[in-house]
Amino acid sequence: MIRSPALRWTLNVVTLLLAFLMIFPVLWMVLTSFKTETMAIAFPPQLFFTPTVENWVQSVFNGPLLEFMGNTALITVGSTLLAILLGVPAAYAMAFYRTERSDGSMLWMMSTRMLPPAGVIVPLFVLFRNFNLLDTHLGLIIVFAGMNLPLVVWMVTGFMEDLPFALIEAARLDGANLWQEFTSVLLPLLGPGLAATSLLALIFTWNEFFFAVNLTTRDASPLSVYVSTFKSAYGDLFLAKMSAAATAAVLPVLIAGWVAQRHLVTGLTMGAVK
Amino acid sequence: MASSQPTPPAATTSAPAPKRRVGERRKFLSAPAIVFLIAVTQVPFAMTIWYSFTNWNLLRPTSTGFLGWDGMWRNFSRILSNPDFWTILWNTLFLTGSVVVLSFVFGMMFALLLNRPFPGRAIARTMLISPFLVMPVAAAIVWKFLLLDPSNGLSAWVFRSVLGIQSVYLVEVAPMLSIIGIVSWQWIPFVMLILLAGLQSLPNEIVEAAQLDGAGPLRMFVNITLPHLRRFIEIALLLEVIFVLSVFGQIFVVTSGGPGIQTTNLPYQIYLEAFSSFNIGRASAYGIFAIILANVAMILFLQVVRRHRLEGTS
Repeated sequence: MIRSPALRWTLNVVTLLLAFLMIFPVLWMVLTSFKTETMAIAFPPQLFFTPTVENWVQSVFNGPLLEFMGNTALITVGSTLLAILLGVPAAYAMAFYRTERSDGSMLWMMSTRMLPPAGVIVPLFVLFRNFNLLDTHLGLIIVFAGMNLPLVVWMVTGFMEDLPFALIEAARLDGANLWQEFTSVLLPLLGPGLAATSLLALIFTWNEFFFAVNLTTRDASPLSVYVSTFKSAYGDLFLAKMSAAATAAVLPVLIAGWVAQRHLVTGLTMGAVK
Repeated sequence: MASSQPTPPAATTSAPAPKRRVGERRKFLSAPAIVFLIAVTQVPFAMTIWYSFTNWNLLRPTSTGFLGWDGMWRNFSRILSNPDFWTILWNTLFLTGSVVVLSFVFGMMFALLLNRPFPGRAIARTMLISPFLVMPVAAAIVWKFLLLDPSNGLSAWVFRSVLGIQSVYLVEVAPMLSIIGIVSWQWIPFVMLILLAGLQSLPNEIVEAAQLDGAGPLRMFVNITLPHLRRFIEIALLLEVIFVLSVFGQIFVVTSGGPGIQTTNLPYQIYLEAFSSFNIGRASAYGIFAIILANVAMILFLQVVRRHRLEGTS
């Protein structure tokens, strides 16, 4: 489109420069996590220094962070599994046995994903109190499964619709029942799609804060709640240690997001853009 | 309407009779998911409305009364006659509107820049989506302490060494703008990704035909790219409105809604009413406003999706 090579190269450089600026806060955080505390507050800020892993040892591996990360991992895996367990059969029905109501159901599911958390937090809190779910892993697993279920249904429905139905018919002619049809034909083909869906669910669950901070106090609190405690007087950490903890909290999702880049748009737009 | 015509599944054409019977049962495979979603999302939703009729306060166990329209009237008239409410509502709308505008401008710019083959494009794309992936409370911590802190943050160096002026604590001087900046930083990639998907779905033939007709870059953008992007823009912005209306973590960490109520939005106010004042009735009444705002954007979004399905482009 742009003919002049000089202009083209300028644009390329500008693009890379702007991209660097956008990711800079993240890079700065990672860099600070390898500084000593004195280096972290040095003026002017230092770009070159002898890196230390002291902060990582102290605030990530010896601190309470791993415990919170364990909570996050448990809640993330649990809620994703529950959402997949409920969502994949629903996607199967939506993809292969559409009725007049399928479209309506799908739109309704989308709409539940768009409910403002603040609009349902009070009853959830009261219900959790009555069912002894406050500050439990199970409680957050249920809420996050509800959050990710629409995502699973619309993503997996899309993946299933892309499969040739002839494969399923062939399995049926061989006398496969629903379970066999699912495990021997669908599951192997859906593997990559399910992996991408799980990664997206991981991104949303891992970063969630509103439900987490209001429905847990300490025992089941995920990483996001722990990170938020740095807000007052840096928690009990200083800049460099805080950066190490924040980096550890952010890294898994960054990697998941980079891996699942291709599916990010479908997942984010509820399948409205593929 | 697409939903009023039964859409025959790809398979009914090949083997109608047995499939129909199997389908009678298998279409119910979606029932567990639907029941679960009703329990987790619709029941609390209905309860919010119910609670807004009460004067229930968790600190006063006797005050669990359902007061009917009187209770609702009391909750809502107290909210509406409180000048703070209008500030909070304005904060919510101003924050959301500003983030949407900023992220649209920059998101469009980045999408256009990325929509050209060039060496390093994949890396640029990966770098550009990263802010969206960062845990919001961690992003808030990084901005608050590593970047904007008036003595230890990087901004101190920018103010003193680059600009040669006294260091300013932006969070104190312009709390709302700081929040808007941080949230926009996180949402620019969202808009960029969707618009980029839109740009890449623009058929090459159309672009080439327009070039043959001698259309310049600007005319091309206005007459061809923008109309094609319309649906993508609508989807990106409406979804963003829905999610940014619920921004909470960044406010919680950076300003705690302050100073005063300068950066308090509806979710933060609901959090305060419910978990500091334990006023269930009033928190629920505020919740109704949050739901109304989100629903306006949601109804528009679902219309876009429906229209798009009708056009048969899916």
